Amino acid sequence: MQDINIKITDRNGVTHDVVAPTDMAMNLMEVVRSYELAEEGTIGICGGMAMCASCQCYVNSDNELPEMSDDEDAMLAEAFDVEDNSRLGCQIQMTPAMEGLEVTLAPES
Amino acid sequence: MITTDILIIGAGPTGLFTIFEAGLLKLKCHLIDALPQPGGQCSEIYPKKPIYDIPAYPEILAGDLTDKLIEQTKQFEPGFTLGERAETIDKQDDGTFIVTTNKGTKHHAKIVAIAGGLGSFEPRKPKIESLEKFEDNGVEYIIKEPEFYRDKKVVISGGGDSALDWAIFLSDVASEVTLIHRRNEFRGALDSVEKVQELKNLGKITMITPAEVKGIVGEDKVTGVVVEKKGEEPFTLETDHFIPLFGLSPKLGPIANWGLEIEKNAIKVNNALDYQTNIPGIYAIGDVNTYPGKLKLILCGFHEATLMCQSAYKRIFPDKKYVMKYTTVGGVEGFDGTKKEAPKAVVKAID
Repeated sequence: MQDINIKITDRNGVTHDVVAPTDMAMNLMEVVRSYELAEEGTIGICGGMAMCASCQCYVNSDNELPEMSDDEDAMLAEAFDVEDNSRLGCQIQMTPAMEGLEVTLAPES
Repeated sequence: MITTDILIIGAGPTGLFTIFEAGLLKLKCHLIDALPQPGGQCSEIYPKKPIYDIPAYPEILAGDLTDKLIEQTKQFEPGFTLGERAETIDKQDDGTFIVTTNKGTKHHAKIVAIAGGLGSFEPRKPKIESLEKFEDNGVEYIIKEPEFYRDKKVVISGGGDSALDWAIFLSDVASEVTLIHRRNEFRGALDSVEKVQELKNLGKITMITPAEVKGIVGEDKVTGVVVEKKGEEPFTLETDHFIPLFGLSPKLGPIANWGLEIEKNAIKVNNALDYQTNIPGIYAIGDVNTYPGKLKLILCGFHEATLMCQSAYKRIFPDKKYVMKYTTVGGVEGFDGTKKEAPKAVVKAID
């Protein structure tokens, strides 16, 4: 088992250093929820199906991210406050390759 | 005034199953939901997605689960107030409640069961300056009455099923329909995408992609929208209506002001007994409640609904003796006069 270290900046601009397990099939949205870095009910509304964009985040580090699925791409096309580095947290699995990941949560919409 | 025994706020899976459990106890239910159809998230967000943890269903589509729950409750003739949001609650001197919706519909009930999930679904509004000023003056987020758009110019923005479906529908009603989306690709059912393509070729729908509506033009009413096509100068497009269709997102809304104990956007309940809130007679079941160890699962909502109905019965009939009956033994007697029961075994002597 290997834990990874990631930095998550919440919607109030506070950066948190977080340790995430790689053996729990967790994604970034779930890590945010487990550390309660966003108010319950404002993130992961669809449960992680790339169908609501409530877990949108901006990726600030240069980790090689998993390729974007058509679902995620289409959802981001309808979301608000989308930037070039926008991703859906629920589509980023916690793997050793995510060590050092730095993200900022997008505003609630 | 609508009167009922149990008023259920939220017509998702938990709310729907409550009708059945209440019906077994001969209690009538009425449901309020902000969405125009029952099913909650299962119908609105992911009807085509499979669920694997409904007992006895190795796999069931969320939309099919809704259909089956509705079928199961039919015998108990539930009432529905759909497309309206529960706004206020007034406790009466006799311990009953009057719940009024945003459209003024009043419901009188002995028991209120909040099965509101993550809240009522509200349209997601794009961040466009002065958008709210034009609401109901040319900006609409939900199409209630298509005839309203007869011979009018309409601009729809969005890239999902509702944007596509309404563009198709209104192309027969409105004088002009323009569909604006940030991408060239649309995320919708394939036949909807193909139909829009066909209507575009016939000149019945104008497409502007990849583009975004950036502003609204008009004094008191919408007369046009400012459209920005990627990499080009913005231009003004004349229109009578602007309909942004970017899906819905749930908000706890007015329930938060009902004097209930709220923690983490959920309503605190007594999970040792009956899922009652801090206000006697008001229960909260399913995803909307919280207690130590809470799991937001449909199957947990079913369990909570069942225990809640038992408690509601005791509250309504404090002096009646009651024992729980198995449906296999007692059958299911509907309010519509029908009865489902196990077939009687035939006894025949063997010579």
